[in-house]
Amino acid sequence: MSEFLTGFTWLLVFQCAGEVLVRLAGLPIPGPVAGMALLFAALLLRRQAPDAMKVAAGGLGQHLSLLFVPAGVGVMMYVAQVTDEWLPILAALVVSTVLAIAATALTFAWLARRQRRAQTHGPQ
Amino acid sequence: MSAQPFFELWVYLAATPLAGLTLTLVAYAVAWRCYVRSGMHPAANPVLISVGLIVAVLWASGTRYQTYFDGAQFVHFLLGPAVVGLAVPLAREWGSVRKLALPIAGALVVGSVVALVTTVGLARALGATPATLLSLAPKSVTAPIAMGIAQRIGGVPALAAVFAVTTGVIGAALGKYVLDACRVRDWRARGFALGMAAHGIGTARAFQVNVEAGTYASLAFALHGFIAAVLFPLGYALLVRSA
Repeated sequence: MSEFLTGFTWLLVFQCAGEVLVRLAGLPIPGPVAGMALLFAALLLRRQAPDAMKVAAGGLGQHLSLLFVPAGVGVMMYVAQVTDEWLPILAALVVSTVLAIAATALTFAWLARRQRRAQTHGPQ
Repeated sequence: MSAQPFFELWVYLAATPLAGLTLTLVAYAVAWRCYVRSGMHPAANPVLISVGLIVAVLWASGTRYQTYFDGAQFVHFLLGPAVVGLAVPLAREWGSVRKLALPIAGALVVGSVVALVTTVGLARALGATPATLLSLAPKSVTAPIAMGIAQRIGGVPALAAVFAVTTGVIGAALGKYVLDACRVRDWRARGFALGMAAHGIGTARAFQVNVEAGTYASLAFALHGFIAAVLFPLGYALLVRSA
């Protein structure tokens, strides 16, 4: 079997396992997220992802934008609602996204700088 | 020659999943070409162009979204395995992630709180209806997870997906300018911020600019999706119970 197919099969197996786990344990998370957690745990135990898995995950990752297109086209069903409430929607989407990017990047950069400084000077 | 055979052919094509699937891939191929031709300019986002092209075609041909989605669902379905696959970069980078645990945890908490509070606060202050508000709340989380969250807290899953995709496009388009204005030059911080606020679409953009930025974007994208999926329904349940 090709590497992509083998890796893709494994991703589906973990997704199924995630769905089963969520249903059986009544967890409040989506199945694929549980599948991701299970796969992450398995990969840490194994220390290295098999090549097939890298190929499949990388292949899906490369075309990630494409996968969002069908959901995005759904905007045509909500034209009335979106035009009625265009101001709160647009403001929330644009302002919140800009602020979240700025806050995340500044926090990350600041804490990384602080950590580096603490390591180079040492805590004597 | 009459137009009848063409009409029958169109009726046949429109009724099979083939048309929706083909339309999605062709539109994306065209959008990708535009994006590359523009020198990968952030405003020429391939998702934005694809959605615009497809909506125009569906509108002009009078095709319903449901008919289109019968075909496009095969592409949409792949979001599930793509989310599972996020474990691969996460596990690969685990060594360096552990060393940067403090910046990652801090940025994760600050970013998710800012994204949620400003979204709900602004939408509420400007008079959004409860259905819109609850569908907007998980907008910075990737579409499949946002749909699951919206369903659990009483929003509209399909609308939450639309908001999540729009957020991704906005983040991917504006990210560069916001990060330049903040004078953040560290590729890890830049990537992490894009994945955090603009999930998969921001991650795709980050990978196109710099590999290290892309890796940290996928890390943020996975972590944010995971903690949001766990904390949103719990927080909402607490809120409802205390109200």
